Amino acid sequence: MEFIDYYKVLELSNTANEAEIKKAYRKLARKYHPDLNPNDANAKKKFQEINEANEVLSDPEKRKKYDQYGKDWKHADEFNNYKRSQDNKQQSEGSSQQWGGGDFSGEDFSDFFGSMFGRQGNGKRSQAKYRGQDFNAELQLSLRDVFTTHKQTLTVNGKSIRITIPAGVENGQVIKISGHGGEGVNGGPNGDLYITFSIINNTNFKREGNNLFSDVELDLYTAVLGGDITIDTFDGKVKLPVKAETQNGMKVKLKGKGFPVYKREGEFGDLYVTFKINTPINLSEKEKELFKELSKIRNNGN
Amino acid sequence: MEIENFIPAKYFCEVYKVDASFVDSLKDYGLITIVVYEEIEYIEKEKLNELEKMIRLHYDLNINMEGIEAISHLLNKIDTLQQEINALKSRL
Repeated sequence: MEFIDYYKVLELSNTANEAEIKKAYRKLARKYHPDLNPNDANAKKKFQEINEANEVLSDPEKRKKYDQYGKDWKHADEFNNYKRSQDNKQQSEGSSQQWGGGDFSGEDFSDFFGSMFGRQGNGKRSQAKYRGQDFNAELQLSLRDVFTTHKQTLTVNGKSIRITIPAGVENGQVIKISGHGGEGVNGGPNGDLYITFSIINNTNFKREGNNLFSDVELDLYTAVLGGDITIDTFDGKVKLPVKAETQNGMKVKLKGKGFPVYKREGEFGDLYVTFKINTPINLSEKEKELFKELSKIRNNGN
Repeated sequence: MEIENFIPAKYFCEVYKVDASFVDSLKDYGLITIVVYEEIEYIEKEKLNELEKMIRLHYDLNINMEGIEAISHLLNKIDTLQQEINALKSRL
């Protein structure tokens, strides 16, 4: 535990008056306040130091004790022992305060402060109820994962939470889990947890909303003459009749074979299949002759 | 309007120990939306976090309404940029 020079923290001389202390505190607080420096651990630490310095220097009684014992605090045994016994009494009565949630009163004091003044600060506005901070998390899932409703356990800020992920969740969709954010302060409500879904598609299907799209290869003869083929849908194979004279790029819609509709059980989008016709290669002489024959018939009509 | 998603502005001021004129100023600067239902002013619960932040900026840091307006704008910008960074990182 080291001596903390609170005057240095607030960039003041030890003759600073009340107005100068207030001004210095506000100036530095505006620079390092966590609200103005989101997700910046260094700024948060600095803000706590500034708060602690202000807690001592802005209180005439605390400042007097600090000035009297501050630099010589290691030898102020009697004073320290007395304060410790006071602290223990206060803590056993459940009056200790902690940094938490959206409360930026900064009352997370150093050991040095604790040994001199106890753990409790003035807490100027700490009686106000504050809602806990909202947490944001990203959950990566595969397209197959979100085809069916399933439960998943997540760990957010060290706490496990089991959530139900409804089938049909979209990429980038955000769902709110009420009350699973940071804890409220002074009886305020907990914050919420916002989960953003990042959905990786490693299938052969393209998804647009509730509809799926896929390409199906078709041999020339089935395309010309028609016939039944078996194709993959997202949840299995189905038999699909192909009309005679099907053209390359032609689409067919398979109703209800698309993706589940979010939070509407039993409802599905459609699957759109695009035919890609494969023309034969490595033709035998006989095949070539027959194709020539077909070509003549097509061109001359006999 | 689903009433459970809103809290009366008067109750908000009591709980957070702020003056009603503070909420009025936020409304005038377009920093919050007040919904009036059966002649009672309500605040959206979803906006509570934002409001708490504005309370801290005003009462703890002595920042005036113009300052809060500018800060809110910049924080929104930071948030958007942060989201873009996260999206780009997850693509790498």
